[in-house]
Amino acid sequence: MMAVGIGHYLVVSAILLVLGIFGIFLNRKNVIVILMAIELILLAVNLNLVAFSAAQNDLAGQILAMLVLTVAAAEAAIGLAIVVVYFRNRGSIQVEDVNLMKG
Amino acid sequence: MNWILALPEIVLACIGMAILVFGVLRKQDETQLCTMFTIGGFLIAGLLVISGAGGSGYHGQFVADSFAAFNKILILIGGALTAVLALDWNRKEGIGRFEFPVLMLFATVGMMIMTSSSNLMTMYLGLELQSLALYVLAAFARDDVRSSEAGLKYFVLSSLASGLLLYGVSLVYGFSGTMDFNQLSAMLTAPSDASPGLIVGVVFVLVGLAFKVSAVPFHMWTPDVYEGAPTPVTVFFASAPKVAAMALLLRVMATPFGHLLVSWQSLIVIMAICSMVLGALAAIGQTNIKRLMAYSSIGHMGYALAGLAVGTSEGVRGVLVYMAIYAAMTIGTFGCILAMRRQGKSVEKISDLSGLSSNDPALALALAVFMFSLAGIPLMSGFFAKLYIFLAAVQGGLWTLAVVGVLTSVVGAFYYIRIIKVMYFDQPGEAFDPRPAGLSVVVAATGLFTAFFFLFPAPVVDAAQVAAKVIFR
Repeated sequence: MMAVGIGHYLVVSAILLVLGIFGIFLNRKNVIVILMAIELILLAVNLNLVAFSAAQNDLAGQILAMLVLTVAAAEAAIGLAIVVVYFRNRGSIQVEDVNLMKG
Repeated sequence: MNWILALPEIVLACIGMAILVFGVLRKQDETQLCTMFTIGGFLIAGLLVISGAGGSGYHGQFVADSFAAFNKILILIGGALTAVLALDWNRKEGIGRFEFPVLMLFATVGMMIMTSSSNLMTMYLGLELQSLALYVLAAFARDDVRSSEAGLKYFVLSSLASGLLLYGVSLVYGFSGTMDFNQLSAMLTAPSDASPGLIVGVVFVLVGLAFKVSAVPFHMWTPDVYEGAPTPVTVFFASAPKVAAMALLLRVMATPFGHLLVSWQSLIVIMAICSMVLGALAAIGQTNIKRLMAYSSIGHMGYALAGLAVGTSEGVRGVLVYMAIYAAMTIGTFGCILAMRRQGKSVEKISDLSGLSSNDPALALALAVFMFSLAGIPLMSGFFAKLYIFLAAVQGGLWTLAVVGVLTSVVGAFYYIRIIKVMYFDQPGEAFDPRPAGLSVVVAATGLFTAFFFLFPAPVVDAAQVAAKVIFR
């Protein structure tokens, strides 16, 4: 049996972060997947914060993790609202259709 | 008494909620009244900032000092001028809803918290309060496909930036054990004190903040969002949030990580040079004036970052003076762009300005002043802004930055002066619709500031000097 240390948490969280970033940039399908990728990044951060907080016996990290959860909920709500508005105007939420302005 | 320190933010937030309730409960459209209340709120908050006490409160999470006060005043002025410009434009475009000034107000509260933050937690919450309101503002013209696309792009890229910043915060916290700026500063007195993990965290934080100030290579959202968002929102994006993000970048780099200057200096130098070069080159081929202003703002952020790269209080003073002058120039320029309206429809091509000097000499003169100033022609305020930055860079031994800065200003002058050529020497087109009074007042005020800054530079420069001393001693 191997003990789970801070390093393992950091590796998992780094993997989640990379998955999230790739989910945003390599995803050519659907905007909803991008919203999920953003949530994944925030969850990676939360994992980091809670692991560090436990390892250092300091509560600040857990407090920030709670705040991040709250902000993530607000962000998801606004993101979905913008996606709905976009869908109404464009009739599609395919990532490759988000191209009216080049850049 | 913690709350006295945060009184401007608390009062402004309460006013915002009161306006929201007022706007919802009234049956008829109260956009004008709500805008007036918002501007009144900005005024009250500004007075409270000027007269407010200094110090640090909430267990060191919040600090009210002259650096925060300088930036808050700038942010509030930017917000108030934008509210004036937005009122008339939004009504003509059929998006005159009372939520607009309220969202601007909440974004402003977020920005004020950003400039006052003294803890990574406060920093993140201020940043998010600002960003959440700005996402909605970018997509405010909800029946316009370009505006909603701008909102979508801004939302995705900005939340990615927030996520990266937050990841950096978690690493800094994990490898140092604290999120407090002063404790971090006391812990990191030499570059050798920082563990590799902490440096990675600092780089992530830097990346997140570079997104918000739209420095190359994290600028890709700027042209699209500037072009797609309703023009008053673009005015707001170009002024107050830029000031706030730059203030936050200055404070985060200088206070907790100030002793690690050698670790982050080269990153800022590279970002500054890339921004200046891209801002100068990419704007040349643009035909849409809002898109041109986006590249121009990327270039200007490069000059401001050059001041930070120096890492001295002269450099920071240069950045603060730069942001004050830049905010005035950019609000004035966008004021002129907002006046570009033919038969009730807004136009935004550079060619639409042709022959403006014979149709509307006053507007053409004002736009010419702003263009000369953005280009950095002597005696305009933009020249002095660049002068302070380049002086600090030369004194700090960063000759490369100063030389690249001068060269890119010369290249950049080409496209600014091309606009003046279009206005003064091209065949006049159809005249624009009459300007609203509020717009004329804002353009005149910012134009006078820009043109005659050289007569009275002392108040701004002295205030910036005092503010800069706070963060780089």
